[in-house]
Amino acid sequence: MMIYLTALATGAMFGAGLVVSGMTDPANIQGFLDVAGAWRPHLALVMMAAIAVALPFFQWVLPRLSKPVYGASFLAPLSTAIDRRLLLGAAIFGIGWGVSGLCPGPAIAGIAYLEPQIFGFLAAMLIGMRLADRLPSPSAKA
Amino acid sequence: MIATSIFGGLLIGLASVCLMLFQGRIAGISSIVYRAIFQLKFESWALTFVIGLVLGPLLVAALNGPAAPVFDLAWWQVALGGLLVGFGSRLGSGCTSGHGVCGISRGSARSVVATLTFMVTGVITVFIMGMVL
Repeated sequence: MMIYLTALATGAMFGAGLVVSGMTDPANIQGFLDVAGAWRPHLALVMMAAIAVALPFFQWVLPRLSKPVYGASFLAPLSTAIDRRLLLGAAIFGIGWGVSGLCPGPAIAGIAYLEPQIFGFLAAMLIGMRLADRLPSPSAKA
Repeated sequence: MIATSIFGGLLIGLASVCLMLFQGRIAGISSIVYRAIFQLKFESWALTFVIGLVLGPLLVAALNGPAAPVFDLAWWQVALGGLLVGFGSRLGSGCTSGHGVCGISRGSARSVVATLTFMVTGVITVFIMGMVL
């Protein structure tokens, strides 16, 4: 039970952080990426503040812990390869991020506003995820 | 604006810490959403996290008064943006939260490269849209 309650509370904290910081506003994202125009620095401040909290934990606290409070084990991404998949995926993600000013977190948090464009974005996002699944997996390619 | 950006960022960072501390998982929203919708049986808490993600803004609205963000995108931006964000985050194993916050905090070279890559293509995209539109 506690694993669900803490996940709910953590999600709410994350969602509140996105709204408070203005990251649910596409104009703030596109404004940050508009370095040649009217640049909006919010996103950089948000990222730096988030990293200022998370980095000390990941670097110095996490290595001393043996397992999570409610889960079976800590699960970190296994891959360390900087391959074509990562670069191409990140590059495509950035184009979509720039086109819409939205990424997955703010889009989900945006459901709260019952805005038709958010539902349209999420539907397209899920289709995009499924399309990526149709690509041959790196192991199958060999 | 500076104070709210920093405060919001601290909340996001703290939530990323909590998800690792309690569930033992990286707070990468793209993969949590993917799991909550397509692989729920593996990690059933993912759905409650996603519900929390929607409740957070409602909580802020209840405390602070409603201040909905402005969405005045063209529909082609909504459709194309969503499609590319979904495709790219799945192919590149992460988005702004997983690579940009958690990955960088973990000191992952993969995430640093991914974050720089999507920032550069995002800047180029917005620049081109500014020229053409």
